[in-house]
Order: sequence, then structure tokens, then C-alpha cells
Amino acid sequence: MLNTAFLPELALMLTVLVLFFMTLGKFRTGVIQGASLFLTAVTLVATFVSMGAQDSLFYDAYLVDPLSQLFKMVIVGGLFLVFYLGRGLKGIDGRLHPEYNMFLAISALGLMFLSSSVELLTLLLSLEISSYALYVVIPFRGGQQRSHVEAGIKYVLFGAASTGLTLYGMSYIFGLAHTTYLNELAQLMPSLVATQPLAVVAMVLVMTAFFYKLALFPMHFWTPDVYQGASNETTSFVATLPKVGAVLLLIRFVSVAGYDVSQLTWVLAVVAVLSMTLGNFTALVQTDLKRLLAYSSIAHAGYVMIGILTADEMGMSAAVFYVIGYLLMNLGCFYVIYNVAPNGENVSFDDLKGLSRRSPLLALTLLVSAFGMAGIPPTIGFIGKFMLFTGAIHKGFYALVILAVMNAAVAAFYYLKMARAAYCAPDSDQDVIVLPFTAKLLGAFFIVAIIMVGAMPQSILAAAKHAVATLL
Amino acid sequence: MEKYLILNTLNFPILSLLLLIPVVGAVVSMFLRGDTVLKFWGLAVTLGTAVISLPLWSCFDQTTAKYQFVELRHWFPALNLDYVVGVDGISVLLVLLTTLVMPLCILCSWTYIKTRMKEFIIVTLLMETAMIGVFVSLNTVLFYIFWEGMLVPMYLIIAIWGGDRKDYASIKFFLYTFAGSIFLLVSIVAMYITTGTFFIPELMDHAFPFSYQMWIFLACALGFAIKMPMFPFHTWLPAAHVQAPVSGSVILASILLKMGGYGFLRFCLPMAPAATLYCMPYLIIMSLVSIIVGGYLALGQSDIKKLIAYSSVGHMGFVTLGIFLLNDAGIKGAMLQMINHGVTTGALFIMIGLIYERTHSREISDNSKLGMFMPIYVTFLGIFSLSSLAFPGTNSFVGEFLVLFGAFDKYPLVGALAIPGAILAAAYMLRLLQKMVWDDSDGHGHHGDDHGDDHHLSDCNFREFIQLAFLTVFVFWIGLHPTPLLDMMDTSVTHLIHQVNAGGAVQEAVHHGEHHALLNEAGAWVKNLF
Repeated sequence: MLNTAFLPELALMLTVLVLFFMTLGKFRTGVIQGASLFLTAVTLVATFVSMGAQDSLFYDAYLVDPLSQLFKMVIVGGLFLVFYLGRGLKGIDGRLHPEYNMFLAISALGLMFLSSSVELLTLLLSLEISSYALYVVIPFRGGQQRSHVEAGIKYVLFGAASTGLTLYGMSYIFGLAHTTYLNELAQLMPSLVATQPLAVVAMVLVMTAFFYKLALFPMHFWTPDVYQGASNETTSFVATLPKVGAVLLLIRFVSVAGYDVSQLTWVLAVVAVLSMTLGNFTALVQTDLKRLLAYSSIAHAGYVMIGILTADEMGMSAAVFYVIGYLLMNLGCFYVIYNVAPNGENVSFDDLKGLSRRSPLLALTLLVSAFGMAGIPPTIGFIGKFMLFTGAIHKGFYALVILAVMNAAVAAFYYLKMARAAYCAPDSDQDVIVLPFTAKLLGAFFIVAIIMVGAMPQSILAAAKHAVATLL
Repeated sequence: MEKYLILNTLNFPILSLLLLIPVVGAVVSMFLRGDTVLKFWGLAVTLGTAVISLPLWSCFDQTTAKYQFVELRHWFPALNLDYVVGVDGISVLLVLLTTLVMPLCILCSWTYIKTRMKEFIIVTLLMETAMIGVFVSLNTVLFYIFWEGMLVPMYLIIAIWGGDRKDYASIKFFLYTFAGSIFLLVSIVAMYITTGTFFIPELMDHAFPFSYQMWIFLACALGFAIKMPMFPFHTWLPAAHVQAPVSGSVILASILLKMGGYGFLRFCLPMAPAATLYCMPYLIIMSLVSIIVGGYLALGQSDIKKLIAYSSVGHMGFVTLGIFLLNDAGIKGAMLQMINHGVTTGALFIMIGLIYERTHSREISDNSKLGMFMPIYVTFLGIFSLSSLAFPGTNSFVGEFLVLFGAFDKYPLVGALAIPGAILAAAYMLRLLQKMVWDDSDGHGHHGDDHGDDHHLSDCNFREFIQLAFLTVFVFWIGLHPTPLLDMMDTSVTHLIHQVNAGGAVQEAVHHGEHHALLNEAGAWVKNLF
């Protein structure tokens, strides 16, 4: 029988290789994009085929389980959407078009490795593969400005610092437990975390790199500047896929620390609340749409954290579901931003004015995505929040839920501002936005997905439950 | 589960159809072209929904407090979450009110809405589904989904077709209601974690500990009090009413405000009976304040729409007063008052929209002396104004009378304090009527001055006449013969009062005796006075 355990990675590696060879020749952007889309679709099929695979590879450092396969599916699906969304690469310097897709694919490959890594060094290596590709890609924006360079440098510096902290934490963990394998740590850590404060410190330090990827307080400082400085298509990648990977790893680490993680739970709860509050309140005053989404993503990171810190099946599966919903809704927003900006510049509220006249489809996509992120039923965002709160109340974290709920009410304001700008402001004399059929298809996909998954979430929730069940 | 339900015995799924038809209608209207076609389509869909809802009236079994016409489907088995809809004596009238008012909302917007007709029809139809959904859901999550889902179309109605300050009003409306109802979600989840069910009748039967009930009561009551709106949470209402287009105002007044009262009856009272008994005095006091403050503020308005909006605060005060009297007359009066307010205030908002289309002003002073130009309009205005101030023979009289009867029966002092509210209603409505119909104190004759002729002040046309005549039927029907409506709700209200008292007796709250003693004493004191 064919062993499909490593198939998705192989397919994506093939994608990267083909894209690399394409950078050597002279291909039009359209051809490169077509090839990327086709190859990613093939990878998607490969991932689908290997959904049920369970295996342990590379001296047990690489675990293929339902959780990793689900996340690989999400990552490849997300990559496909990002490629699809960035039609024409309007925001990228023309000379760099061939390399651009390759680096994104490499970053996604790193995230894929990350999903399956269950050994600290392998994990670090995968993390760096995905990060380095992004370090390169962020300054690729066309029409070089200071803020673009600033974004690139900020991302590198914060990334390097957080990786350093993670390594430092790993050294503690190795010192305490004498192993780097997560499955062995899972036997030792619960008692260590319960008795030794150093173990809590070590766990938090190890998670730092993932806080950074997820843009969770206090590692959120890069987010607004990178979102603003990077091109629209790059931001749509940075805002979604690395966060999916980070959620997976945080789930793995928290489950390693064990069920009863009172001290660690406290730390994570404080971080979650601060992240939500800071993100939401700062987002209220933003005028640049991407900066606003940056702060909103900080807030969403806090919500996801609520699910992760419950450390049980209900909460963690809710976190998995939430991050899938977050990916869809965020990509929906970036789809609108990308298409509203004619030459890949940043979009402010003023540019959205009268959007419902210029392009009803874009306006509706923005409306659905914004209301979804605000958690209004019947969208995927509502079910996500509902499941998160159910999980947290199940564990008795009432205060946390109340704080989260109050935050949701604050957040509703700026999501409404987005919808209002698209629908209500006086119509400007700007031209109608003409979308090709393929782009329209993507908009319709976002609308249908956000609403339909919200109305019928069973299958994805069941998959999420199945995935986290193996951890506990 | 079956002990609470009577499955639908009609040969078609009536409640699901009511939910589905407007949605399908909305989807179809995406593909229609031409404003007239769209308007007729919207009218046809809402009328069709209304016709289909009629068996709810004729086939309703008045002898049982169980939920009827129930449809039950598994939706989300992992969470024990089912799609379950049904009506009882408390919700059936509100469903009928919704289905009957919605065609009027299309009719009254016929010429009022001039832009984006397609979007208007779509959001109005989606709104109808959401509103019916709130009243028929027997599952807390389903209820919440419709409850919150309703915010989006209503927000759009105000924000797209609203007046000058629509941005401010629509955001205020949304944030207020969202902030209030999000705590409802917390209590829904909390109750699920404790009991393992989202099914409303089972939650009603569950005896929660007293402190738990208090939290649930407070979380739910906040959301419902805002929706009601109850003083001091009423400030969103005038803003939303004044800025909303005519159909938005009608939906708000006729149906949306009823959801607060319905929420109290469906959630707070039966699920947290001990907390209800404990909090009763406070809510009665808040209701009295709403009645007086609403009336007093209405007295000072120069904008007709604002006046009616504040009068709604007062009328809704009567509703919460009736609900929290927790006796038969009080709750029935409150239920009836909800229907009445839907009919009367809905009609008044239609009339305001109608005159606004002619004079483009909502100021009383710009719309004076209409008696000379618009006899039919003025006749209707007289009827609905009298109905609004609860003149005997009109619908509101019966409702207000029942509430006051309940109040005097239980706490005479409360009844005595509510009376000035009724007097205030007479004062502001008669003032409005007098100024609009006869007043020519400013004597400017603006109708002539501005346009040189009076032709723009044409009287009601056939379409407008039909809407108002339709509602007039209800004014007099309920006013003169309310028995059929009271019979519809009788068994369910008795059952509800039994639930509250039984639940409250089990969970005897320590303190609430003192409050009762206080109110009784004060009541006795007032009695001695007379």
C-alpha cells in the first residue's frame, strides 16, 4: 500500500521546485500564477488523500496525526486562496514576481513541517523555514517607501528576538526534563509545571515565538507596521497562515503541560485578556484598513487563546474552528482590500466610500466578513465565539468569558464602521470596479463559506474534535 | 421532550414555511429587475406569508399550554442542539402581528423609498424571517441567532435609507442592542453547561439555585430592558426612530420593541422565578419611571416622530409593569398592550411617513391645520391618537385597563403612580392632534406660501387608505371585543404564573419578603387615604 503520510509535503516541495525553475526562465506573471495555482491545487488533493494517515517519521521527530493533517489541509487551502486572491500581484515589484510565489510556498512548506513537528529542534527548524521566507518577501512591495523597509526590518527583528526567547525556554525545558521529544515531555511536564515555577517560565518562553506569529500581546508590536508596510497580497498571507500554524503549536504545547495547568492558565488568561482589550480599543481609532485589521487580529488572537488555555477537547476544538473561521473572514477582507486598491496601495475608510455602488459584490463580501468577525449570527464567526465561550464556561472561566464578551461589544463598533463605509457614505464619483469572472467567483465563495459554515458547522467541528481528541 | 410539545398536525410545516418563504423571496428578488416589479414581489411574498400564518389563529388549541405546531429536527447532535420551533399562547399572537404588519411595511415604503429598491426588499424580507424566528424558536441558540441576526438588516434599513443623522442613529442602535444581548449569550451558554440542554421548556423546568438565577436574570434582563426599551436604557430609541425610514420605524415600533417583553416572559420569568420575585419591586419601579419619564419627554417634543418614540417608552413601561405584577390581569394586559402598541404606534408611524412625503418635515409646526386639506388623514389620525391615549372603545384601553386593574389588585400604590402616565398620554396626544388638525396660531399657511397651491397636500390615496383602514379594524375589534385574543393567551399565561410561583416557592428568596411588606404597607397607606 502506498504510504501517503508524507505526500502533502512532497507535493508542496515539488511546487516550490517548479516555481524555482520558473524563476530562472522568463515567464509572464499570469503563467507563474497559473502554475502556482495548479500545483497548489494538486497539493490540496494530496493533502486530502493523506487526511486519514497516521504515522511517525524521522526517528519520531515528525508525527502525522489527525491534528497535523487537518492543519495541513487548512494551510494549503489558505495558500491556494492567497494565490488566487493576489491575481496579477499588483502590489509586488514587477522584477520580483517570479520569486514571490516561490517564497510564499516555502513559507507554507515550513508551516506544514511545523504542523507535524513533535521534537523541539525539528520544530524550531520548521519555524525558521517559514519565517525566513517571509523575512525575504515582506519588503518585495513595489514603489519602495520608508514604511515598506520599516515593515521588513521590524518583522525580522521581532522574529529573531522571539525565536531567541523560544530557544532560551527550550534550554530550560531540556535542563529540567532531559528530553526534546514532546511525547516524553508530556509525561514529565505536568508534574514539573505544578511544582516548579521555572517550568512555567520555560513553557511561556517557548511559546513566545508562537505568540509572535499569532500577534498576541506582548509580542504584537510588529503587527500594525508590518500589515501597513507590506503589500496587500503579502499581508493577506502574513495575517492568516502563520497564525494557523501558531495556534496548532500552542495547542500542542498546552496539552504537553497537562490538564491541570493552573499557573500557566493564569499567565495565558492574562495575556489573552490584555491582547483582546488592547487590540480592540486601539482598532477603534484606526483609519487605515490594514492597520485596523492588524489590531483586530491582535484581539482575535486573544479570543483563540481562550480556547487554547482551557486545555480540554471542547475548548481546543473551538480554537481550531475559530482559527479556520478567522482565516476565511480575514481573507474575505483582504480580498476586498486587494480589489479596491487599483495599484496595490493601502486602503483607508475614505476609499471604501460608496463601495456598494462601485461593486456590490465587494461591498457584500466586506459586510459579511466584518459582521462575521464581529460574531453576528449566522456566520462562522458567531459559531466560533459561541464554541469558545461554551468551552471556557465549561471550565468555569466566567470572568474570562465576561471580559471577552464585553470586548466583542467594543469590537462591533469598528466592524460596523467598515460596513458603514461600504454602504452608507455619500457616493463618490469614482469609477465602477470591474472584476473578472474568476475574482467574482472568489467573492461569492467567501460569502457562501462564511454564512454556510456558520449555519452548518457540524462537519468542520467534528473534524476539529477528532483532531484534538488524539492529543488528550 | 414530548411532554412539552404537540407536533404539527397540519399537513404542511407551517412555522418552517413562515421562516423560509421570506428568505426564498429575498433570494429571488436578487434576480428581479425594475422597482415596480420588486415592490409587487415584496408585497406578494409578505402577503403570502401572512396568509400562510392564518392557520396559527384558526387551528390553535386554546386548552393547552404546550407548544403547538412544533417541528423538531436534529441539527447539531454533538451539542444536543436541535432545530425546534413552536408557538404557545404567548408567542402566537406576536407571530401573527409580525406577519400582518410586514405587508404594510412594504406598502408604506411604496413611494417613500426611492433608492436601492432591490436591497430594500431583500433586507425587509430577511428582517421578517429573523423576527418570526425570534418568536417561534424553542431553542436558546436558535433564539439568539435570530435575535442577533435581526440586528444586521435593521441596521442596514436605518443606515442606508435613514435621515440626516443615520450614521449616528444606526450605530447607536446596533451597539446598544448588541452590548445588551451579548450577555444573553453568556447566560445561554452557562445554562447549557449546567443543564446540558438548549431546549427552552426543559430550561424552564430546571430549578437553578437562587444566586445562579440572579445572574441569569440580570444578564437576560439587561438585554431585554434595552430592547424594550426601559428607562434608563431608552436613549437609542428616539434616535433610531427619528432617523429610520418609515418602514424601519414601523418595524421597530410594532415588532422589535415587543421582543423585550417577549424575552422577559419567555426567559426571565420561567427560568429564574425566584430572581424574578426578588427583583420584581425594582423592575416595577423602573417601569413606573419609564411611564412617567416617557410621557413627560413626549410632552416636550416638537418633532412628531420623536414624540411618538418617547410615547413608546411610556407604553412599554406599561408592558413591563404588567409583566412584573405577575398576576393574571397584569400579564394578559401586558401581552395585549404589546399587540395594541404594535397596531396603534405602527399606524402612527405610517401616518408620519405619509405626511413627511407631502411636506418633507416632521415638525409639528410645519404640519399644522391639516384638517382643512386632508379630511381622511385627519380622521385616521384622530382614531389612532385616541387609541394611543387609551380612549375607551379603542384597543389600548383594554390593555391599559387590565394592567392598571392588575396593579390596583396587587399594589394599589403602584396603580396610583401609573395613573399620571395615562394622563400624560392624553396630554401629549391631544396636543399633537389639536396642533396638527386645527391649529393655525402661526397663521403662515405654509402650504400656500411655499408652493403657491395646495395640490401637494393631497389626501390619502387608495394604497394609504387600505393600510390605515386595515389597522383601524384592529383598533376597534380589540377595543370592543378582546375576548378572542385573551382566550388565546389564557392557558399559557396561567401556566406561566404557575411556573413562576411554583419555582419561586421552591427557591424562596430570603429578602424578597421585606420588599413585599414595604409595598403592601405603602399600598395600605394609599387605600386609607381614599
